[in-house]
Amino acid sequence: MDLQDLQTRLNLFLDHAATTFQKVPGSAVLIRYVRSSYQNDPVRSAIELVLVIFFIRYLLSPSYSTSKVNYVKLTEDEIDELVEEWTPEPLVAPLTPLEETSLEKLPILVGPSGPKSKLSTGKTVTNLASYNFYNLNANEQIKEKAIATLRTYGVGPCGPPQFYGTQDVHMKAEADIASYLGTEKCIVYAQAFSAISSVIPAFCKRGDVIVADRAVNYSIRRGLEISRSNIRWYNHNDFEDLEQVMRGVVAEQKKKGKLTRRFIVTEGLFETCGDMNNLPKLVELKEKYKFRIILDETWSFGVLGRTGRGLTEHQNVDPTQIDMIVGSLAGPLCAGGGFCAGDGDVVEHQRIAAAAYTFSAALPAMLAMTASESLNVLQSNPEILAGCRENVRLLRGQLAEGRSEWVVCTSAAENPVQLLVLREEVVRARRLELEDQERLLQECVDEALANGVLITRLKGMSISTHNSLKDGSWIVQPALKVCVTSGLSKKDIEKAGQTIRHAITKVMTKKGNNKLNLPAA
Amino acid sequence: MPRKLTNPFSTSSMPQSERAGERRASHSKGNRLVGFFSSKAKEQSHSQQQSSVSSPSAMSLPTISLSAAAAGEQHLDEPPTTLFEPPSADEARKEERAASQFGPLLHPTHRHVSQSFGQPLETPIEDEPPYYFVLTTYLSYLILIFCGHIRDFFGKRFGNKKHYQTLKAQNGYAPLNDDFDNFYVRRLKLRLDDCFARPTTGVPGRFITLMDRKSDDFNRTYKFTGTYTQTLNMSSYNYLGFAQSDGPCADAVEECVRKYGLSSASPRADSGTNDLAVEVEREVAQFVGKPAAMVFSMGFVTNAGSFPALVSKGCLILSDELNHASIRIGARLSGAVIRSFKHNDIGDLEAKLREAISQGQPRTHRPWKKILVAVEGLYSMEGTMVDLPGVLALKKKYKFFLYVDEAHSIGALGPRGRGVCDYFGVDPAEIDILMGTLTKSFGANGGYVAAEKHIIDKLRSTNAATLLGESPAPSVLMQILASLRIITGELAPGQGEERLQRIAFNSRYLRLGLKRLGYIVYGHDDSPIIPIMLYHPAKIAAFSHEMLKRKISVVVVGYPATPLISSRARFCVSSAHNKEDLDRVLAACDEVGDIIQIKYSTGLAGGAEPLPEGVTPEMEKEWRKANGLEGVIKPPRWKLEDVLARGVQDAKVPLR
Repeated sequence: MDLQDLQTRLNLFLDHAATTFQKVPGSAVLIRYVRSSYQNDPVRSAIELVLVIFFIRYLLSPSYSTSKVNYVKLTEDEIDELVEEWTPEPLVAPLTPLEETSLEKLPILVGPSGPKSKLSTGKTVTNLASYNFYNLNANEQIKEKAIATLRTYGVGPCGPPQFYGTQDVHMKAEADIASYLGTEKCIVYAQAFSAISSVIPAFCKRGDVIVADRAVNYSIRRGLEISRSNIRWYNHNDFEDLEQVMRGVVAEQKKKGKLTRRFIVTEGLFETCGDMNNLPKLVELKEKYKFRIILDETWSFGVLGRTGRGLTEHQNVDPTQIDMIVGSLAGPLCAGGGFCAGDGDVVEHQRIAAAAYTFSAALPAMLAMTASESLNVLQSNPEILAGCRENVRLLRGQLAEGRSEWVVCTSAAENPVQLLVLREEVVRARRLELEDQERLLQECVDEALANGVLITRLKGMSISTHNSLKDGSWIVQPALKVCVTSGLSKKDIEKAGQTIRHAITKVMTKKGNNKLNLPAA
Repeated sequence: MPRKLTNPFSTSSMPQSERAGERRASHSKGNRLVGFFSSKAKEQSHSQQQSSVSSPSAMSLPTISLSAAAAGEQHLDEPPTTLFEPPSADEARKEERAASQFGPLLHPTHRHVSQSFGQPLETPIEDEPPYYFVLTTYLSYLILIFCGHIRDFFGKRFGNKKHYQTLKAQNGYAPLNDDFDNFYVRRLKLRLDDCFARPTTGVPGRFITLMDRKSDDFNRTYKFTGTYTQTLNMSSYNYLGFAQSDGPCADAVEECVRKYGLSSASPRADSGTNDLAVEVEREVAQFVGKPAAMVFSMGFVTNAGSFPALVSKGCLILSDELNHASIRIGARLSGAVIRSFKHNDIGDLEAKLREAISQGQPRTHRPWKKILVAVEGLYSMEGTMVDLPGVLALKKKYKFFLYVDEAHSIGALGPRGRGVCDYFGVDPAEIDILMGTLTKSFGANGGYVAAEKHIIDKLRSTNAATLLGESPAPSVLMQILASLRIITGELAPGQGEERLQRIAFNSRYLRLGLKRLGYIVYGHDDSPIIPIMLYHPAKIAAFSHEMLKRKISVVVVGYPATPLISSRARFCVSSAHNKEDLDRVLAACDEVGDIIQIKYSTGLAGGAEPLPEGVTPEMEKEWRKANGLEGVIKPPRWKLEDVLARGVQDAKVPLR
């Protein structure tokens, strides 16, 4: 009856299935294999079957991500509600009072930047706030060269160096810098500020070790952050501490039996304190512990040494012993861009691996030509450098060496950027917080400007402190920044120095300033 | 959609004799064409009346090498173009120089307004090559990697030690480069290294002069031969043709250098702010339609510095997966959480937004402080535009902040050249941060950020590049100012409009032409970036070399700038090109496409035959039905003559 009917149908179906299966090529082999293995070892067949099932299940199962462990499942309505409720913070925080005053007081120059600059207020002031140390900005020879370049190349190179943005002027600038410094090769970046932030991650990868001075500038910090290397800090210019850290790193790696790249990252003249590095000592340690040196010469290139070759010339160190020398063409050279000089391999690697080189347009031809020409001027007239140094000496005579009871000068005697920080005893006696110091120094800047001298203060404290790199206890000291130029006469410099000193005294002795921070009396 | 597996073999299954014959014919024709064009380009400057492309007298002229820049001077005894007096030798030279930087417009119809046609932006269809080419591409890479390892194996043991010294530990120093990381550079890129970083000289305008070089050691080192080749420049980001060494911009810059010197010699926050910078910022803000703007000396750092100033820990950055490296680096520096969404996929963006807002921060589930969505106006490797109306619709609902990087789109898109907002007719106030570069359309250098005044004020005190980085050089600022004023029509009225309309026309014309020739072209119709797909790694070098032979410089890109398989060549169209230049490109592409077999198109993404007389696009569906052509897609393989003949009229209507 019904049951019988079902049975015949089932048989028919099974028959049909068997014939279809047999028609599949290779099915005979499979059946034979299963049969023989079953006879010999039924357990094995069972295990294989389980394996096959598991395999199929594994293939069909959805891929899952481990990050969803914490996932809360919500309905669409709930999500809509959450979306409705969510209120973001404003895109930017309001300005702090200090930021507001600095913005308001920002000097706007009318016309060229020179030793005497005209401001938008109509006043002409002595400009001690620019890196135009040798007044090359006013050099007619350089201007003519730049204009000739403009008339052959236009302004922008309209492309990154890897795609037809490399012009012969760039190659000339690179060759000029390399031969000036005495390194094998050189690579020119479109901006000095991003050069070192790009050089560091081009070489330092995850797992590598970088030993860095605590006082390094913001660009370097950015580079360290992007590199994702292990970063060890040593106390500012403390070579015993450095050696200890290096020894530790070497011992650690020896124990693990793993050799990774190791770097020392430091500056020639420090941006945030103005003092000088000790290169012979650094090279000695480098050779001893086999580290590579990345030296940021942004503030010393074109400044130190008889012909301005930088710290290597000043301290008689062979530049080939420094693995990477990074510098700026935008400062005293009055051109634009930055560079990294070193070995052929070091330089060529950056052409592919350095983000600021490959992903950015090349330097305008005019500025590359200006860099070449400025170097030429410096090399052929080293007396320009001597003139600037004489002015530094005169200015220091007015501001450093105990001339002021309020500030001390932390910069090296050769540095045209003289940084003045408040004396420790003043800070302690008046319990000045960092913001108070910044505010007082801003007042000094304003007061000096009112008396016809444009100076500035060290900027960027706010951003360098909220950097995610944990470097312990280093705090950038707020400072006044006075930049010397050879474009001023001795009399002018001395007078400007006096003005600054008097301005500081006036601000510091001002009634309100004094009372504000004294214990209520 | 079924793929045609027969197609890959169709060319190779052709009788050998026929193929050879065909190729020879096209080759000789090509040579004549190239010769004609190269001599034509020289001539163009002398007599601008001669605009007819198929002038027989020009056809019979012998090939004149463009490389000899001085050769032009011998042709000064051309018939005069004016009735009064022949141009003096000096004048003619000047004119020729100007034309080599900015080509004269050949016909008033070669203009178009870059504007959205009104309908919502559709994602361009990405055509795919037949499986055969996909497979052989993978196979090529496998072979390359295999050979590379063999060469490494023997090279490291018996080869020149110098080539491997950076990979080995040496007297206690760890190797400078990772062996594995360096493999691609050493074994793959080196093979086509001569296609990159070709040194140039002079203005990167309509033509660009390459310094010829050769390598005797397989691209390890190059020697300059001392000769120069003037090539048609399809490579520079010279969108509006402001790369010029003459004209109002250069004059203004020269005057500026005499007055201001070359440097501001200080960061903006110290004493690097001058009247010029303030003026440029005001004009840029006005141009993009925002209350305030700030300028930087480098485009890369504009992004890399702005993100850390805008977002921090506890914030989320949702970034398009194809965003530029500078955005990625900036985002990483900011400390915010970064997630990416599929390129230009509004649905995916919405899904990511819903998840982010509902789930909050990872682990703690606290709500995000703020969400910043970062997109680019025009993507430099894809040629696609952001779907701005789509993103803005989401913005209203999800309350995120929007950061639009207009590095490529500013100047190049929109009826007034004001970028994607202008193109879509969107009020710039709806976007929080408008960033862009001044390197490309303006022929200068640097970048800008434009936003509400309070945002810019805050950025001025928190953006590291302003506080510590060098300020833009006065000459660069002046170039920006002058080119901006030309675009807006304040300076040299009419010229700006011409430039804007020429790039729009040129982009559409070349794109349509390439599609009709049978290339797979990526991107939106109005984009001046036109990538064509090459796929095989060997074709990267082959295409670049073949085009160079025809005196055209192109940018070729492969892995890792693109996905492994989709190697491509990229044409950057400029206002400085005229129809003749683009025809020269099309002619060259027609030939080269046959030689190296890169006409992959299946017809899905355009290049279809024109509709017959009397059939309008609206009627197309019915017409197809009536003629039994529904769903029939023919791979476009137009003849060059037809492409040139129909190009101008068809480029001005929606491309098909």
